[in-house]
Amino acid sequence: MELHHQTLHEVHEKLKKKELSSVELTQAVFKQIGKTEKKIKAFITLTEEMALEQAKKADAVIQKGGNFPPLTGIPLALKDIFLLKGTRTTCGSKILSNFVAPYTATSVENLLRDHAVIVGKLNMDEFAMGSSNETSAFGPCYNPWDLKRIPGGSSGGSASSVAAGHCFGSTGTDTGGSIRLPAAFCSLVGIKPTYGRVSRYGVIAFASSLDQVGPLAKDVTDAAILLKSLAGHDPKDSTSLNLPVPDYQKSLGRKIEGMTIGIPKEYFVSGLEPEIEKAVRDAIEVYKKLGAKIREVSLPNTDAAVPTYYILAPAEASSNLARYDGVRYGFRHPEATDLLSLYKKSRTEGFGPEVKRRIMLGTYVLSAGYYDAYYLKAQKVRTLIRNDFTAAFKECDLLLTPVAPSAAWKVGEKTDDPLKMYLSDIFTINVNLAGLPGMSLPCGFTKEGLPIGLQLIGNHFKEETMLQAAFAYEQATDWHTRRPKL
Amino acid sequence: MTYETIIGLEVHAQLLTASKIFCSCSTKFGASPNGNSCPVCLALPGVLPVLNKKVVEYAIRAGLATGCTIAKKSVFARKNYFYPDLPKGYQISQYELPICIGGKIDIAVNGEKKTIGLTRIHLEEDAGKLLHEHPTTRSKGASWVDLNRAGVPLIEIVSEPDLRSAEEAVAYLKTLRAILIYLEICDGNMEEGSLRCDANVSIRPVGEKKFGTRVEIKNMNSFRHIENAIHHEVRRQEEVLKEGGRVIQETRLWDSEKEITISMRSKEEANDYRYFPDPDLLPLLIDDSWINAVHQNLPELPEAKKARFMSQHQLSEIDAETLTSSKSLADYYEACVKIYGDAKKISNWILTELLRELNNSGEPIEQCKVKPDGLSGLLQLIDQGKISGKMAKAVFLDMVKTGESAKDLVAKQGLSQVSDASTLEPIIDKIIIANPNEAERYRQGNEKLIAFFVGQVMKETQGKGNPALVNEILKRKLKP
Repeated sequence: MELHHQTLHEVHEKLKKKELSSVELTQAVFKQIGKTEKKIKAFITLTEEMALEQAKKADAVIQKGGNFPPLTGIPLALKDIFLLKGTRTTCGSKILSNFVAPYTATSVENLLRDHAVIVGKLNMDEFAMGSSNETSAFGPCYNPWDLKRIPGGSSGGSASSVAAGHCFGSTGTDTGGSIRLPAAFCSLVGIKPTYGRVSRYGVIAFASSLDQVGPLAKDVTDAAILLKSLAGHDPKDSTSLNLPVPDYQKSLGRKIEGMTIGIPKEYFVSGLEPEIEKAVRDAIEVYKKLGAKIREVSLPNTDAAVPTYYILAPAEASSNLARYDGVRYGFRHPEATDLLSLYKKSRTEGFGPEVKRRIMLGTYVLSAGYYDAYYLKAQKVRTLIRNDFTAAFKECDLLLTPVAPSAAWKVGEKTDDPLKMYLSDIFTINVNLAGLPGMSLPCGFTKEGLPIGLQLIGNHFKEETMLQAAFAYEQATDWHTRRPKL
Repeated sequence: MTYETIIGLEVHAQLLTASKIFCSCSTKFGASPNGNSCPVCLALPGVLPVLNKKVVEYAIRAGLATGCTIAKKSVFARKNYFYPDLPKGYQISQYELPICIGGKIDIAVNGEKKTIGLTRIHLEEDAGKLLHEHPTTRSKGASWVDLNRAGVPLIEIVSEPDLRSAEEAVAYLKTLRAILIYLEICDGNMEEGSLRCDANVSIRPVGEKKFGTRVEIKNMNSFRHIENAIHHEVRRQEEVLKEGGRVIQETRLWDSEKEITISMRSKEEANDYRYFPDPDLLPLLIDDSWINAVHQNLPELPEAKKARFMSQHQLSEIDAETLTSSKSLADYYEACVKIYGDAKKISNWILTELLRELNNSGEPIEQCKVKPDGLSGLLQLIDQGKISGKMAKAVFLDMVKTGESAKDLVAKQGLSQVSDASTLEPIIDKIIIANPNEAERYRQGNEKLIAFFVGQVMKETQGKGNPALVNEILKRKLKP
């Protein structure tokens, strides 16, 4: 397989055996970017100079010999929602188009601690609000499996770049499915860890109680390596949990015999495309053969997920995005004449339509007279949704569902219908509302050759169980070995 | 018709922590603009708040000292509004679940005691400051943002509407201020804004149970402003009602130069703050052991100190009360007692000489040039017979002016008392000889004339003769 299509752990072996240097690897990646980036538009900013410097340093670490972290010298890329000191961080928005980060996110510090190489900042839906990467102020990103289609969102560039071999792994954020959906649409492994597992410090907030950082990778091993590096307690994030980070790679290869996997019946309903349902049902059969016990479970409040999410997430977003006011940094409208016009003009022009829609929604549901009916009620429903999962996890170790009701759609297909777009997250949103870990892994292709994703949902802080089951499935199938032709 | 005034106060007190409430920036006043700022308090993208533990401890102190219940669980909420001094576009405060609930403060107005209820005390962050340029300067009236104060911890202390006059409001605020200073959690500086007060004022006909419509008054930064503003507002509301009008619910600003309140915004124009729990901060949980630990380390409060001064130092109630009216005065007094020993003597000096000078100059005791060791030194000179009590009062005035020690001043001015009999005797002999008539009358029994002779000796010695010794020699020499 071509170098850029190999997995992270494969190139790590090459670096270890000194068959290749990090500088050579990084140069190869930029060569590939030069060839195919214009087709997919995965990056907002490339950081070649910095990457080569980092690669040189990584080579020095490798030269010293001894053990070095598996990310040493590996070219990675960051969703443009992560702050990296000295680099532009736009969050896919015009309002931050000139913002250069003066500090680095904790999760990114963790990658740098492990001597990773950062090749650039990735395209995304503006402020992570979208499921297709089409709300980006820097233009859409395209799916390497079919350039007429979207890569999924909001971490569209994170998926597209890894699938195209423009990096060996990437970071994403997942507020309602923003890692798992693009991973599914691009035949990748994407993990949304338990809320509190990875620090949110230095990651631009969309909806603080739902946002979580995670990796997108070519296979389960790569994802486990990346998660291990990203995760860990951070005193700068009050919602980060102080628990030791397990060596996730060690859980890979453990037998899953006797493990109970729950199939929530509410996830197999009308609206789920037959091809997707079949692929997921086939995956269930694989698990049966591997010795897992399959059990139907019920999550009765599943229907309430999308409406609950579209009250809580915009409410938090409307407040989180208030700081983009043109006063201290970011876009300031040149024609502002007084304070009110500074606010109005900067925000009107700085934010795109989807972001404004959500700010208005959120402002509305928090308003006097509406708070109880919307925000407070949604919080109560959120508790019910969480209780559903708590009950389900009393009788099973994992849940298995589709990631999305359909495969990747065509660019522009859903942009005029926000509700239709919102429904693409119907199977992923619940996991965020409950704060659980969830992941997407490849489980087939449609007749048109579009990737299909399988979702595994674990109990709180049971990423290891999830990865163990994902790896067992991956070993029994070969979906993860396929690469798109660009 | 006569009206009754109803007042409730909202007091914001800056807490004396070294760092801000949600980041590690310094809270020091007077740094260069934005010198005390970091990504967190500048509200850069991606930052998160982390609660300062000391802030919680200070709020617990305030709650315990005012008889509040400390909430086992309190919740930070976001108060959303746009203003350039509020970098996040929301203030982190507490709304439905504050850290302290209930409580009371005892006040006294003209000797009459009264208890004022507290509704709550909650934690929040301060906003920054805006500086507006005059329109004719270089940048056409630009405004500048200084975020040094943004994120400085505050407690907001909300009273019940229990106050019935401007005088009660001022007494309440003075008592509260003293408590906060005693607790060492706020410096109480109203000019610098460490202590700020808003007043909710309404009136109702005497006997009426229902409250009238309240008006919130802001922008009062001294006790005098508060008193004047409330007086003015009560008169304004009475006039409105007497003319058959209705008081409207609004926020008014006190204009201290014109001595009037000016309407700022009506209830309809008020912000909808869209409060909701801050998802970046977990609920604040406080267990009994923490509360107990704070309780045990609570500094001595004015009432307790007063009682101790009375029992330990045998001071009268009124003296003890005056000495404990401010923590710095009480500390000064105690430092003197420690050095000098005689509590009664030192308290007399502080209550008369020192307080008179402070009243005259208007200076706080911290700025007084005579420190406890200085005052003690002066009193020691009297005891040693080096100077008379009368001389000491004059020396004290010089000490206040120059800050020099009593010893140095006495030496410099040659004021040292003459306590040497061999020096005094020739002088006294001379005076007796020069005044034979008076000496004769004394000897015949007119003992009052001793004062005349003492006066003459003092005149001769320029007041330096040791009065006791002069008396003794005179009496001996004039003996019939």
